[in-house]
Amino acid sequence: MSGATTPRFKDNVHEALRDERLQRALRHSDNFASGRAAAAERLPEFEALRDSARAIKDHTLAHLDLYLEAYERKVAESGGHLHYARDAAEANAIVLDLCKRRGARTVTKGKSMISEEIGLNAALEAAGIEAIETDLGEYIIQLRGEAPSHIIAPAIHLCKADVEADFRRAHRDLPAARDLSQPEQLLAEARAILRDKFLSADVGVTGANFLVAETGTSIIVTNEGNGDLTQILPKAHVVVASLEKIVPTLADAAQLLRVLARSATGQDMTVYTTLSTGPRRPGDQDGPEEYHVVLLDNGRSAMLGSEFEDMLRCIRCGACMNHCPVYHAIGGHAYGWVYPGPMGAVLTPSLIGVAEGGQLPNASTFCGRCEEVCPMRIPLPAMMRHWREREFERRLSPVAARSALGLWAFFAKRPALYRFATDLMTRALRLAGGARGRFSWLPFAGGWTRYRDLAAPQGATFQSRWRARSGAVR
Amino acid sequence: MSARDEILAAVRRSLRVTGDEAPRRAAAQARLAQSPAGIIPRRGQGDAGKRAATFGKEATRAQASLAGVAEAADVPAEVARFLRENNLAAAVRMGEDARLSAMPWGATALEISRGPSDGHDLNAVSAAFAAVAESGTLALVSGPDNPTTLAFLPDNHIVVMFADDLVGDYESVFVKLRAVYGAGAAPRTVNFITGPSRSADIEETLLLGAHGPRRLHIVVVGAAREASAAEAGAEK
Repeated sequence: MSGATTPRFKDNVHEALRDERLQRALRHSDNFASGRAAAAERLPEFEALRDSARAIKDHTLAHLDLYLEAYERKVAESGGHLHYARDAAEANAIVLDLCKRRGARTVTKGKSMISEEIGLNAALEAAGIEAIETDLGEYIIQLRGEAPSHIIAPAIHLCKADVEADFRRAHRDLPAARDLSQPEQLLAEARAILRDKFLSADVGVTGANFLVAETGTSIIVTNEGNGDLTQILPKAHVVVASLEKIVPTLADAAQLLRVLARSATGQDMTVYTTLSTGPRRPGDQDGPEEYHVVLLDNGRSAMLGSEFEDMLRCIRCGACMNHCPVYHAIGGHAYGWVYPGPMGAVLTPSLIGVAEGGQLPNASTFCGRCEEVCPMRIPLPAMMRHWREREFERRLSPVAARSALGLWAFFAKRPALYRFATDLMTRALRLAGGARGRFSWLPFAGGWTRYRDLAAPQGATFQSRWRARSGAVR
Repeated sequence: MSARDEILAAVRRSLRVTGDEAPRRAAAQARLAQSPAGIIPRRGQGDAGKRAATFGKEATRAQASLAGVAEAADVPAEVARFLRENNLAAAVRMGEDARLSAMPWGATALEISRGPSDGHDLNAVSAAFAAVAESGTLALVSGPDNPTTLAFLPDNHIVVMFADDLVGDYESVFVKLRAVYGAGAAPRTVNFITGPSRSADIEETLLLGAHGPRRLHIVVVGAAREASAAEAGAEK
């Protein structure tokens, strides 16, 4: 079971739109889009790098079995251990076993979407092991018992007052007189608390942005430095990552890094880009004594060679959600599972099944901005359409939608009737719209008019205007 | 079947391959052996003077501070000046890097300690393995010379960068790594560092010093020589 609330997507959306606090928080989430635009503008080679990045991933996916074998050899050569996990349960069992063998009581964690996907924190807690998120945003939402609402800015749905309240509740030694009203003070408080956790943790778990076959290296990027403190201080470093993170060479990783930070935060380079290869070497005075990689499939091998293979190019930058009008209106939690926004709408049905996740591909206006900004040029709208078709074919779409489509199909197959009916409808709506030219209520359109007006048609139908236009051209 | 064998079999089934196809194997082996470079931005390229200027501009943009000194012997005085002017304790911790050890630290009033950090050090000094002009990025390599903890636990991180180690792009750092560690091998940790630690997780307000250093100060050794060489080049 995925624990997803995705099947209740519509209810989630209504809740999110009514949640004034959430709507307020979502308003200051526009910086990402302008940051990306400025960073892309500053690098003349940006578009060429996107092509290069896409070609690298396409090549890698086409040779994935071979690069996996090469990566496996290199991890072993550098003294690391590679563990394969078919699904979430297997991955959790491997991490748990590693922790138990070390007698671990606390585990620090760098930000990892794969660990969210497999529900690692819950698995650790169930075994009596304390899991501590160390990315500031992740730490905040962990205190709240929430899931991240954005893949690179997990607490983007919160305001500073929410964070203050959480810290006052969770940090029991905090004097009531301490001023925590500003982000600076909140950061200082989290830094002090987490510093002790870093230094006392038994095992550090991070994700990976890339796994490099050439050298058996895992790469993480963080701005805070939390990923590094997570992996250099404890005795064991455990990387959890999925199959498609493999790239052939360090040079290939450099191509991808150039588009990753720019697309994500608008930085040229994330502050800390860290390459890790095996455990500490002879003579080293710091670094982990053990290095493990848990390599997760969880449905990805089945995506290869399917119409969803392109999704495996995704490098989790978050640009698609940063530019998505639907995401901006409802935030990430409404999507109901780990991955929100356009990439989540495509990936979720692949990973938890179309029966549970099938509603998400409908959360799109098909405006196409996600595909426009995706550094890996993933055709997200086309893939959402594939899912909609599958949902329809498997009769999973709601009865109302199916009968409306059936009704539309009846007219669409009879062009003369279609023209007549749409023409009639357009005139009727224009008349009914009156001088205001918009509707605040309309039968069968409650889903739309509950949150905004529907504009009344202003002219004739598209078909009749097109006919008139081609007539004029001739 | 083991998880490993089952996953590899599933990948091959989806790709409709056996894994034994000679052209596929050759393509993958060639890429691993030759490591083709891809698109290299022009921004980081140029002669030493140009690269130094770009590095300074980009590192400053990433909110690092910079100072140039002519000789390695001038580094301790610059470190002392940086700490004094920022009202920081006159104590630094560093590893056993031979280039750092050869510097006249005794000529300053700085208290020097050596080895990795346990979290109680305010200031640390590391020597960079290389630096990348393109984005003002430092490349540090783990080992007893420059323990990795020094780059993350102290509040203020000072990195000594020798101008000769400044390259245009990340790919050139990898070439340098291969020369030192061998093809297909890498040190335990390579840290690419671009500016001081930061977070914007609360209301997208950018704050420095999240978990790592609040300040990153880069001391470029041989900067004056490079600059004068560039000027001499321009006069010709």
